[in-house]
Amino acid sequence: MKTLKTFYDNIGLPRLIIGVFFILLVISSILLGFSPAALVSDVLRRWLMYGTLVLAMVPGIQSGIGLNFGVSLGISSGLLGAVLAMEISFISGWDASMGAGAPWMTLLLALALGVVFAAALGTIYGMLLNRVKGSEMTVSTYVGFSVIAFMNIVWLSLAFKNGELRWPLQGQGLRNTASLAGSFGGLLSNPDVVQATQPKWLQWLAFRVGDLTVPIGLILVFGLLCFLVWLFFRTKMGIAMSGAGENQLFTTSSGINVDRKRIQGTAISTMLGAVGIILYAQTYGFLQLYNAPLMMGFASVASILIGGATVHRANISNVLIGTLLFQGILVTALPVVNKVVEIGALPEVLRIIISNGIILYALSKTKGGNQ
Amino acid sequence: MEEQYLLSMEGISKEYYGNKVLKNVNLRVKPGEIHALVGENGAGKSTLMNILFGMPVIFSTGGYEGEIKLNGEVIQINSPHNAMQQGIGMVHQEFMLIPEFSVTENIKLGREIGEKTIFSKFFGPLLEKMNWDQMSRDSRKALNSIGMMNIEEYTKVAGMPIGYKQFVEIAREIDKSGIRLLVFDEPTAVLTESEASRLLEIMRMISEKGVAIIFITHRLTEVMAVADSMTILRDGEFVARKEVKDSSLTNIAELMIGRKVEKLVEDDILAHRELSDDNLALEFINYHVDMPGEKVRGLDVKIREGEIFGFGGLAGQGKIGILNGIMGLYETAGEVLVFGKALDLTRLGEALRNGIAFVSEDRRGVGLLLGESIERNIIFSAMQINDEFLTRIGPLKILNKAKADEHTRNMIKLLDIRCTGPSQTVGSLSGGNQQKVCLARAITMVPRILIVSEPTRGIDIGAKKLVLEYLTKINRELGTTIVMISSELVELRSLCDRIAIVSEGKVFSVMKPDDPDAAFGLAMAGVREEAAA
Repeated sequence: MKTLKTFYDNIGLPRLIIGVFFILLVISSILLGFSPAALVSDVLRRWLMYGTLVLAMVPGIQSGIGLNFGVSLGISSGLLGAVLAMEISFISGWDASMGAGAPWMTLLLALALGVVFAAALGTIYGMLLNRVKGSEMTVSTYVGFSVIAFMNIVWLSLAFKNGELRWPLQGQGLRNTASLAGSFGGLLSNPDVVQATQPKWLQWLAFRVGDLTVPIGLILVFGLLCFLVWLFFRTKMGIAMSGAGENQLFTTSSGINVDRKRIQGTAISTMLGAVGIILYAQTYGFLQLYNAPLMMGFASVASILIGGATVHRANISNVLIGTLLFQGILVTALPVVNKVVEIGALPEVLRIIISNGIILYALSKTKGGNQ
Repeated sequence: MEEQYLLSMEGISKEYYGNKVLKNVNLRVKPGEIHALVGENGAGKSTLMNILFGMPVIFSTGGYEGEIKLNGEVIQINSPHNAMQQGIGMVHQEFMLIPEFSVTENIKLGREIGEKTIFSKFFGPLLEKMNWDQMSRDSRKALNSIGMMNIEEYTKVAGMPIGYKQFVEIAREIDKSGIRLLVFDEPTAVLTESEASRLLEIMRMISEKGVAIIFITHRLTEVMAVADSMTILRDGEFVARKEVKDSSLTNIAELMIGRKVEKLVEDDILAHRELSDDNLALEFINYHVDMPGEKVRGLDVKIREGEIFGFGGLAGQGKIGILNGIMGLYETAGEVLVFGKALDLTRLGEALRNGIAFVSEDRRGVGLLLGESIERNIIFSAMQINDEFLTRIGPLKILNKAKADEHTRNMIKLLDIRCTGPSQTVGSLSGGNQQKVCLARAITMVPRILIVSEPTRGIDIGAKKLVLEYLTKINRELGTTIVMISSELVELRSLCDRIAIVSEGKVFSVMKPDDPDAAFGLAMAGVREEAAA
């Protein structure tokens, strides 16, 4: 009885309910005749695809700015890095000169550019958040929306030459959804792409076992990022940062500049957002510009809250559990609901109800101050 | 005999969670007299008044024992509204006024005078029209009756000087019909000197009209000036009821403080230390701290190396501000010299880097990371300032978990912290154990000077003794200079070598622990001995 109680205390009611719901969905989908291996592949793919974006929430929460709805800033930086890298690759003709190495170079350049943009923007954004202490989440929501609107103008006015990026017919501006098939799409996660473009010694990056797809490359990259964030929060700087998020007065009295730590936390969160969207696009196979990233911040927030994080504390296990539950439910609910109730828009409605409902629930549970 | 008193509270006892805060206290007030209620912080004055007003906090914690008589009749007061009906009013220390309302609206708030309208006939009194003329006239009358001819009844309260707000508050109480007893809770604490003397005059005017007044204050001179009689409380116990004309300042001060002081340290151990005025650990020169409610205004004091130095004084006088300035939480001015070297307090962590460690009085707000483990709390400062408990890997400085764990376990053993292990979160510990964690964090810095503020606030007796003994121990064994800021005079006198009493942000006098009680009482009240004699 006692162990049951500790177990319950540890995971908490919301995770229990959502976990049970997830398991029920999995069981019913198997009963409905879906292939378990395909289901697992799907859940795994979505888990890794969104994982880094959710991971980006951790430094923000730990440094005290709360849930970083403004991760769209990092997403926009990442997208900008990706389109620039693709354009540079196209103009320099990397495909011809490097062969199998071209997508790798493009991916690395995209990451590098994205992170640099994100570092610069994140620092400015952090300074802004220091001026609005107490209402960071409201402000970050609007920053998130505004940057998307601003980037819409940028996408429209970029005069690129790469045909994959340009509007298909004419003129300047980038298209809504650009395929990454000829570039770094699926490089770390899609067995077909790996088989077709990569040499033999890299075939382990992604492969199939029966119906099951195993994206080793993506698992390694995401694992590495999780490890780095975990490690960071065990360094002197990281510990000072989580102190700043937990208790400003305590940290100030220990001789640490809380405002600077918050800026650093915001910048790191934004940088992870940039990496996150590139990995997302890599897995998805497409770059989604314009309004597509508008609500991604919300999905990330919902995921980490489901995972058990609060507005003040978060760790890697919150990211892993939260993303698994959130994406798992969306992946499994879709086909199940489709089969059970045959109304067109229902899965989408369900997804919106779940993600917004969870944000609402979690925000209602947050406690102010030093509780 | 009983009937001569308007109010008599007999044999009042009250417990908060097993902690007796009032023990068989009596309070008797005659009609039309000004009766002072004096005692140190924590003597039980507020609790007694909470009982008189039937505050919910009293009943939610199990009620009280004893009986309250008004005009000789036993009455039950079970809500503040009930107290008001009995003719008992209160002038609060923090103003309970609505800033955007006019003086009249504030005075009449909740007791508006209405006129019947066609709507109110159908929908009840909520839709009555306000009778502004009558209300203004009443307010004017109330203001006049306390001699406040120059406050206009139609001005807004916002922007008024603090003293005026206080007078509006008084007018509101006077305006209540049938008021028989008015309680003033430290009314002069926030007033300037001239406002305060004006207030005392008003109190006299009110009492001449036959309204009895209970006057709660720390300022003994005011008691002598205005009160007819007084009740003295000490540690929740009734000490004496005295007529003011039969007593002297010294006498009252003695009764307020008088307690057995237990020496924690034997004097012969003291002899091993060499305290010298040439060897200063800490020196404050015209030190100011801008901490709201605890301002330090030009503190000058020299603390010798190896000494245990105490700062005492009443709440609000600035003793708390001293440490908060050094910690860098509030702006400071003036000089602080540490072993002769001036600190630049605009730089964060300056004090820590110069060998000063501290334990804040605000344990939960400043002293701890409540959501983090005991280990994280204990090592935090030492890691950030001295780079301890870190392993270098290339450019990274990573937590050395094994070292931190070992140190934490040692501290847990040394200070007898009751916990399940180094990883328990600090928020789930009891107050005493949290305080030990704060202390452990400070001594992990291996400071040359340790400043502790209210080290025994809100902790049980066992932990209290351990903390005080440990402070003495590191002072004697390691030669650490200890500065202790405390509201508990007994505590200060039990282990300090010298005690500075802080009054109005300055050192009022530096005293020896074995100076007479009366001297301490007077110093706390800010009265010079010559003046009292």
